[in-house]
Amino acid sequence: MMKGKIFFGVIIVECVLLAVLLIHGRIRYHSQDFHHLEAKRTLVSQLGLTDYAIWTEARYTRHPSQADFFSAFQDFPAAFEHFPAGGIIAPPQFLQGEVE
Amino acid sequence: MIKHLKIIEYALSSLLRRKTKIIAIFIAYTLTVATLASVLFLTHALKTEATHILQGVPDLIVQRILGGRHDLIPVDYAEKIKDIFGVSEVKPRYWGYYYDALTEANYTVMGAGDAALELKLLDGKLPATEFECAVGKGVAALRGADYSNELILVNSRNIGVLFDVSGIFQSDSSLLTNDLVLLTNEAVIDFFGFEPGRATDLAVTVQNSNELQTVAVKIKKLFPDARPITKRELTRTYDMVFNWRSGMMLTVFCAAIMALCIMAWDKATGISAEEKLEIGILKAIGWDTDDVLILKFWEGVIVSMTSFLTGLLLSYVHVFYFDAFVLSTILKGWSVLFPAFQLTPSVNVLHIFTMFFLTVVPYIASTVIPTWKTAVTDPESVMRG
Repeated sequence: MMKGKIFFGVIIVECVLLAVLLIHGRIRYHSQDFHHLEAKRTLVSQLGLTDYAIWTEARYTRHPSQADFFSAFQDFPAAFEHFPAGGIIAPPQFLQGEVE
Repeated sequence: MIKHLKIIEYALSSLLRRKTKIIAIFIAYTLTVATLASVLFLTHALKTEATHILQGVPDLIVQRILGGRHDLIPVDYAEKIKDIFGVSEVKPRYWGYYYDALTEANYTVMGAGDAALELKLLDGKLPATEFECAVGKGVAALRGADYSNELILVNSRNIGVLFDVSGIFQSDSSLLTNDLVLLTNEAVIDFFGFEPGRATDLAVTVQNSNELQTVAVKIKKLFPDARPITKRELTRTYDMVFNWRSGMMLTVFCAAIMALCIMAWDKATGISAEEKLEIGILKAIGWDTDDVLILKFWEGVIVSMTSFLTGLLLSYVHVFYFDAFVLSTILKGWSVLFPAFQLTPSVNVLHIFTMFFLTVVPYIASTVIPTWKTAVTDPESVMRG
């Protein structure tokens, strides 16, 4: 039964590790990092920030929420997307038939 | 119970006899689960963080659209918007983009307005004079501003302007401030050469959030060239950007699922001659079809559970402890300034169950079904091939 014991040992260790990570994550979320979230929220409201600073290559990827409707087709209608980030951002909902 | 334990013991011995093949399946399976889980963990964490921190964004942003493009808005609009019932405050925002030829990076230059001078996530203070600036961690690192405490930028008149760095945003806020150069409003107007009485857009505060849409409609009616963007639209943008159905995320997701399907298909379409021989011998020495199926079920469980849990652990550590360094190279695109993802761990348990049913269940099924086909055949013909 040695191999079986080792197998169950590995599974139990992995489950415990996963549980510890998830609980630790939860604790972090509600303790120190929660205050960072508060600080970030204050930063956003004080400075009037609107978007994540992830993609800085073009104005419509730097501020996706502020981009005008023609940003992605600024050269000509149906022009190919210039930037890889444009491939990550989903088309607006009205194009997906999910009109509010 | 004892029977199952003994079958598990036998299943493990059987798997160890096919060590090389099983290790290859384990690696492929683990990587597939890790990729899937990393995408889900990263997008969920970014989305959750966006939902929390973007609660602080202005209720309404009013832009001016001219010829289909965003244009500077007359500050006079603010007075008329302020008269709309329900609007409590209208503030002009001054901001723009700056291409730094020296580092080939784009910065966002923004006016600090009347923000409090000291912020928790800012080491130092916000700019108080026209020749002071606060910069994001990315800008500071790229321009060495954290050592020199100076930043030279070329303004719209092609004149170099020297700014003293009064503060640097902490790396915890990089997701928001990495490319930011914060000046006073007056300095931004002068730097970009904005026409007098014009701002980039207007930030509107509405007392009752239920009236946001009504106020937006009234603004649109009052100024047909205006484009009001509500807080809800703003936060929903990030729901969409990091939705698992969006662009590249979906591509990564599909690629991983396809890899798993190919693996499951390969298993489901037939079992090796060696495995057939093993089933034949087991049947010949008195094992029931049920026992053989239980054996194969446990083999599937052993491989898939070990791989699934290892994949989950790897992805969690990758996303939340190593700042998603593999996925961020995909996300980075052409950004010269790219923030480090120091994300607050946030996992949707439903995602874990979905992944379990998408990966473990099909694998076990694809292990048991072909075995059943072989196990119901006469052992002699199975052994003869």
